[in-house]
Amino acid sequence: MTGHAKAGRPNQLLRNLNSKIASIPMMLTAVVIFLGGTLWTVVYSFTNSKLLPRMKFVGLDQYERLWSAPRWLVSIENLAIYGVFSLIFSLTIGFVLAAFMDQKIRFENTFRTIFLYPFALSFIVTGLVWQWILNPEFGVQSVVRSLGWTSFAFDPLYNQEIVIYGILIAALWQGTGLVMCLMLAGLRGIDEDIWKAARVDGIPMWKTYIFIIIPMMRAVFITTLVIVASGIVRVYDLVVAQTSGGPGIASEVPAKYVYDYMFQAQNLGQGFAASTMMLITVAIIIVPWAYLEFGGRKRG
Amino acid sequence: MADTASIDHSTITSTSAKSAAGPRGKKPRPLFSSRNIMVYGVLIFAAAYYLLPLYVMVVTSLKGMPEIRLGNIFSPPMEITFEPWAKAWASACTGLNCEGLSRGFWNSVRITIPSTIVSIAIASVNGYALANWRFKGADLFFTILIVGAFIPYQVMIYPIVIVLREMGLYGSLTGLILVHTIFGMPILTLLFRNYFSALPEELFKAARIDGAGFWTIYFRIMLPMSLPIFVVAMILQVTGIWNDFLLGVVFTRPEYYPMTVQLNNIVNSVQGVKEYNINMAATILTGAVPLIVYFVSGRLFVRGIAAGAVKG
Amino acid sequence: MKSRLLAAVLAAGVVLPLGMAKAAELEVTHWWTSGGEAAAVAELAKAFNATGNKWIDGAIAGAGGTARPIMVSRITGGDPMGATQFNHGRQAEELVEAGLMRDLTDVATRENWKDIIKPSSLLDSCTIDGKIYCAPVNIHSWQWLWLSNAAFEKAGVDVPKNWDEFVAAAPALEKAGIIPLAVGGQPWQSAGAFDVLMVAIAGKDVFNKVFGDKDAEVAAGPEIAKVFKAADDARKMAKGSNVQDWNQATNLVITGKAGGQIMGDWAQGEFQLAGQTAGKDYTCLPGLGVNEVISTGGDAFYFPVLEDEEKSKAQEVLASTLLSPATQVAFNLKKGSLPVRGDVDLAAANDCMKKGLDILAKGNVIQGTDQLLSADSQKQKEDLFSEFFANASMTPEDAQKRFADIIGSAD
Repeated sequence: MTGHAKAGRPNQLLRNLNSKIASIPMMLTAVVIFLGGTLWTVVYSFTNSKLLPRMKFVGLDQYERLWSAPRWLVSIENLAIYGVFSLIFSLTIGFVLAAFMDQKIRFENTFRTIFLYPFALSFIVTGLVWQWILNPEFGVQSVVRSLGWTSFAFDPLYNQEIVIYGILIAALWQGTGLVMCLMLAGLRGIDEDIWKAARVDGIPMWKTYIFIIIPMMRAVFITTLVIVASGIVRVYDLVVAQTSGGPGIASEVPAKYVYDYMFQAQNLGQGFAASTMMLITVAIIIVPWAYLEFGGRKRG
Repeated sequence: MADTASIDHSTITSTSAKSAAGPRGKKPRPLFSSRNIMVYGVLIFAAAYYLLPLYVMVVTSLKGMPEIRLGNIFSPPMEITFEPWAKAWASACTGLNCEGLSRGFWNSVRITIPSTIVSIAIASVNGYALANWRFKGADLFFTILIVGAFIPYQVMIYPIVIVLREMGLYGSLTGLILVHTIFGMPILTLLFRNYFSALPEELFKAARIDGAGFWTIYFRIMLPMSLPIFVVAMILQVTGIWNDFLLGVVFTRPEYYPMTVQLNNIVNSVQGVKEYNINMAATILTGAVPLIVYFVSGRLFVRGIAAGAVKG
Repeated sequence: MKSRLLAAVLAAGVVLPLGMAKAAELEVTHWWTSGGEAAAVAELAKAFNATGNKWIDGAIAGAGGTARPIMVSRITGGDPMGATQFNHGRQAEELVEAGLMRDLTDVATRENWKDIIKPSSLLDSCTIDGKIYCAPVNIHSWQWLWLSNAAFEKAGVDVPKNWDEFVAAAPALEKAGIIPLAVGGQPWQSAGAFDVLMVAIAGKDVFNKVFGDKDAEVAAGPEIAKVFKAADDARKMAKGSNVQDWNQATNLVITGKAGGQIMGDWAQGEFQLAGQTAGKDYTCLPGLGVNEVISTGGDAFYFPVLEDEEKSKAQEVLASTLLSPATQVAFNLKKGSLPVRGDVDLAAANDCMKKGLDILAKGNVIQGTDQLLSADSQKQKEDLFSEFFANASMTPEDAQKRFADIIGSAD
């Protein structure tokens, strides 16, 4: 139901004029802030700007330094682990919960509110609470130990090897409720007749979900993917609140590297180089897909 | 919808009337069937995981510090005290200001309300233009916008400081509202675009034939049909803006600092020992507004999401 | 008409809270929010308010990470505060070069800062191209080992008199269930502790060669290897101190859960707040009891260029208030730091502060790393040492190699 191309008016510029005028804020935001800001960042990543941006080009120096910094490499690795698990778990848990919620259960509202409320809390709050629950001195570990299992060890935030999973636990707690809601909405949007047809054909329930329902929920998955993935790339507050990147540098993430080097180290060039790398990665994955998804003809 | 048709074959009957919003799945069965036990078992187990932190927060905020140091975090308070709440709200110190969270509460309101309204107004018009009045190049802008959703805020601080400085808006409330509008735009525009695309096309066509223009259709036809998606947008924005710390503190001056600044100061400035009970009380108090919004409008949220995310 | 109304509304919103009286209100930003720090800052505010002006407190918790970006954005964004704290040295260098900071030379000459500020290196760090841009308010030295007397009593050993005795006492402490050395998780703490070990073990000259001359060869040499060995001991002793903030780590010492902590003299304020007495409840060893040298870093206030004349005047008043003898005494007693002028009477100072004043009088001072290294090099160093302290599989040799690289490329 595209609205354009109703009557072929002669002047291209005047076509949909009101629509264009109304979209000016969007165009300005897209071009000036997102595109302009990005280009500005990229340009200055080739300079040796310190506290203030300045045009003294140093070629690829900042990038060389970036890729030889152990902390950056750890950050990338963490983001990869966190990203993959976060995507898998939030989509799976969200979908499974939604599927259960969709079984004509009682107290649906109560359950939904319970699953969704963490989303109302900021990452700072989330990090704080989970930092506390996972604190070995008075959190889960000490409680289990006081029950008699004295060798029980569960201190993900103080163990370099698994600290990123400690952060993952908190992130999933905060975010899966929204995913569940999105999925539930998707399930509700599917025609009842499809279920009936599947039942008549004797297709088992799990098969119906995987082969029929999920493919039909493509749009929901895409919206969810955009929301979850953009959250993953930007993860910062949660890490700061929960571990400050520690122990050592074991839970550092790229966004934190960018921020720390821009402002704490007062080395804008280095921060910009790191953010350019992040942007390039995002762009390689997102742009072709986004253009296909949103740029092509519209789907109904 | 192609796959749908192929499966539906013989069974499309007229019984799908009550489909719109009700639960799906198979017919209800006796209460204690094995299926029910599994379903409720899983849900209750999950609910416990989601509720645990809230429980810990509430319980802790009602304990005194000696009890916190001795007991375990899951045990209920032996002696309930509301002192941490009072202190967090009215007398916790940030530097020299010992007014607790109350200092920032009205600032947060002053920031959140206009920012929410402006960002939703702009994003809804964007979505409407993208869905119904597409012009050449619109998709390009939209794609840039979606990619923009992936840029960490921190990276954009510098360019935005420069833009706002040149516009003379740096440090003002208007500037902050603008910043929230910018950062809320990608996701909101996506939701509104999807929602408007999913509305019946005939309505739009009929209005066009009647000679209605861009704004007339928006205000007379689209808006009245869009309550659910506006609720979704409102919930997302209220939550996001209320919880924001970084933008609020970078783009305004102290007299406008939101509540989260005090929260950060209370939580991060340790006076000797961490006063967990006050931290937790402050945390709950700060989260109260978005929480209430959720509890009140949660039902509309799912309906709105259903409309905004499903079709696309 | 409409626009005038709008302007009026805006003006009312913006100008009114700033007051109409002649006495100006000055917004002062800083990151002093812990108990002792807030008490100290209250003294500054009191003194400034007594001049008829008004101190508007803009405290933002979380030093470098949170507060500084906000301060810098405010200044570069064209909405500067009246005055702001920085660790003097190199943090504000570029803001000064960009002409955003106010030249205080007039005030400084009028009040004779050159003669009263001791050691003179403090004023040097405020001076760029012969002009003075900041008012130092205190001297903070890093080189202190704080020990809990109760912890050692419980472990049945004497309170150590130097680093080596401390290391030797570690097993006894551990046996008594006490963490020998408290080190918080924030990166600057482990990096700072290393610097302290370096002065204590390798001495002042090596310290100056490494951080002053950025001599990578010395940094890779045997002297520094010894320091890394000591740092290796330190990290083993620090195992189990699961805290983030420095004052939480200090609190472990105060409560006797940890034996000691390497921390700057600001830790003093926390002991004081807890009602403990130096010598009786806790012991302080400057230079780790090995090499009695202290560094003279510290805090300073910078004054952004303001257009408002009244406020500019108030800035001058604030600058001279900060350095007045009475303020210096009141502030530094609460803060646990040393005054920047040598001519004030600190009779009320406790044992530890007196030790510090003695060393200062003897001239056994070094510059702080904040003054010698850029924030960038400092950050790289922090990354290295926070990893080294947390990651037991990183050998001292590897760490030293990376350290030498950082020094080699430092500016």
